[in-house]
Amino acid sequence: MTTPQPVNAPSLWARFATSLEDQRVLGYVLMAPALLLIVIFIAYPFVLGVWMSLTDKIVGTPGTYIGLGNYERLFASDIFLTAAWNTVFFTTVATVFKAVLGMWLAVLLNRRFRFANITRASVLLPFIVPTVLSTLAWLWMFDATFSVFNWTLRWMWQMEISILGLVLKENWGFFRGPLWLGDPDLAMASVILVNVWRGLPFFAISFLAGLQTIPPDLYDAADIDGASGWKKFWHVTLPLIKPVAIVVIVFSIVVTFADFQLVYILTRGGPNNETHLLATLAYQLGMGSGNIGQGAAVALFMLPILAVVIIFQLWYLRREGVR
Amino acid sequence: MAQILLKDLRKTYDQTEAVRGINLDIEHNEFVVLVGPSGCGKTTTLRMIAGLEEITDGVILIGDRVINNVPPKDRDIAMVFQNYALYPHMTVEENMSFGLRLRKVPRDEIGRRVSHAAGILNIGELLQRRPKQLSGGQRQRVAMGRAIVRNPQAFLFDEPLSNLDAKLRVQMRTEIKKIHQRVQTTVVYVTHDQVEAMTLADRIVVMNHGIIEQVGTPQEMYEAPLTRFVAGFIGSPAMNFIPCRVVNAGSGLGVRLSDDITLALPDVQADRYRGHVDRPLIFGIRPEHMTEQRQHTNAQQIDFSCTVSVLEPMGVDTMVFVEIDGTEVTARAAPRSVSPVGAEMAFTIDMNNMHLIDPETDRVI
Ligand SMILES: Nc1ncnc2c1ncn2[C@@H]1O[C@H](COP(=O)(O)OP(=O)(O)O)[C@@H](O)[C@H]1O
Ligand SMILES: [Mg+2]
Repeated sequence: MTTPQPVNAPSLWARFATSLEDQRVLGYVLMAPALLLIVIFIAYPFVLGVWMSLTDKIVGTPGTYIGLGNYERLFASDIFLTAAWNTVFFTTVATVFKAVLGMWLAVLLNRRFRFANITRASVLLPFIVPTVLSTLAWLWMFDATFSVFNWTLRWMWQMEISILGLVLKENWGFFRGPLWLGDPDLAMASVILVNVWRGLPFFAISFLAGLQTIPPDLYDAADIDGASGWKKFWHVTLPLIKPVAIVVIVFSIVVTFADFQLVYILTRGGPNNETHLLATLAYQLGMGSGNIGQGAAVALFMLPILAVVIIFQLWYLRREGVR
Repeated sequence: MAQILLKDLRKTYDQTEAVRGINLDIEHNEFVVLVGPSGCGKTTTLRMIAGLEEITDGVILIGDRVINNVPPKDRDIAMVFQNYALYPHMTVEENMSFGLRLRKVPRDEIGRRVSHAAGILNIGELLQRRPKQLSGGQRQRVAMGRAIVRNPQAFLFDEPLSNLDAKLRVQMRTEIKKIHQRVQTTVVYVTHDQVEAMTLADRIVVMNHGIIEQVGTPQEMYEAPLTRFVAGFIGSPAMNFIPCRVVNAGSGLGVRLSDDITLALPDVQADRYRGHVDRPLIFGIRPEHMTEQRQHTNAQQIDFSCTVSVLEPMGVDTMVFVEIDGTEVTARAAPRSVSPVGAEMAFTIDMNNMHLIDPETDRVI
């Protein structure tokens, strides 16, 4: 700056521009857009949800404040307790299956074989197809009359009969197969099955990524140290993949706990509420019956539970980061 | 007894023949160094001895036992890897004792062996740390500690020092030699660094393109290389190779390097080269055997002169670069005796230490 600038009274814009030179100001300015989005799309609905859960709002009415009345009603209702238990059961069983099968699949995929890359990519398929579409396909497969499972079972039944040479042939037509979504226990199992099917790729691919960061040298060293295949998995693979595994599992717990689409499409919570989850119940109460206050209370009930899970994850990650 | 015997050992990957028939007899408690340029099959050979790589063809014996199909853990060997391969989630102590724990060695025995090894390696204070909290040199020691506690019949090292900085490398080299003297075992040590090979080895095995070029003590490798490759690989700075012809000169023979320079061959050597008169050969001479002109100490020393093109002072000596008939040649001279760049300088060559190489076979004649 060799030529002196004429000294004018600084315009508003110029003053704003100068203040951006200050890092503290600039920081807030840069954060503002993201903050705005969060406030509009997350904070506002959240606060509104909390407020509505404390009112007796029904569609079309403003609703009045009733304190914890909704929560009291919920804890007294069987359907809520069933849904809460179902959610815990559904999440636990599905996550265990996804974690164990995902690890197994990842270890298999981590081996070197022909077409490894194509296989790895195709494993992701269930994850890529929109849930609503794939779940509709499952709905069809579970269908009472058109179920491919039952068709296959029937076919195998028929085969078996002809193999055994028994004259039960005309009976096979009466074998209808199980009602996948109609039987209370089977319905829950079917819903879990679809959730596992859909969530498995995420686990497998995340674990696979974790496995690939483990230096192959370590397995050579373990070979020489005398570790068998299982010991290598237990003493080398598992401890080294643990940080990835924890993050993936926690993430999956959160998503599974709040799962809505699967159940809504497959059973709508039936039969006899046996597959109702908190999310579907919240929807049914709030949107279906128009009892918005109650629906909000059900949805918010998930909050403290998920908060504990997420706090655990943050604590764990921070501890690992220090080590 | 831990002799290691390799008989016509071969390894073929899909396309590449990594090891193409190796015969080697490693004696009990011997320190053998496999050395050669990158990709010559050293690691592959070592991994076949360790059992980490399947043997395509040939036989390996440790002691009297053919171990071709014995899994690594039953070969009674320990290996130190280039990247140390320490388990990151285990402490130093756990790393060192892992093999023993898997073998169900009693706990107090493990404790004794770990502290013994830690004592040898001077890592007693580090036992509760994790690998991440160690420096490169310390990791290196832990990796050796893990091998020592196992008390194996043989140690296998794969370029253990190549990840250390130059100073530490020299230090650890001495350390490894000391440890070998304390922990008497057979060692097979792989490196691409010929200085490491020279300083550590009882015997050096020079490999190239999957085969052994020559086996011998460091002194033999230096004084009597059998091939052009070994001659050029061992020794630093490397040997000069100058195209030449053996010619009749007067009553005896001479080595003609250029129109101006013909070095008289001493009569004692003449018989050896008489059959090669007038053939194009390669004259090999190490820089340290081509010095400034000196008082001759033996009859085989002869003088000639060249123009200096570059000087590289190294402290004790100065490397003098000259050109002989288009070939760059390095001489090693006392700093005070060198001529300035562009000037003529008189050299003495010790014909005792020269080699003539047949370019058709690349073998030393
Ligand atoms: N796993 C492998 N698959 C295919 N080729 C390999 C493999 N390992 C080594 N090679 C090849 O075998 C040759 C020898 O390799 P290596 O024994 O690692 O050499 P060095 O240790 O002497 O540098 C190289 O050409 C290398 O590319
Ligand atoms: Mg190597």
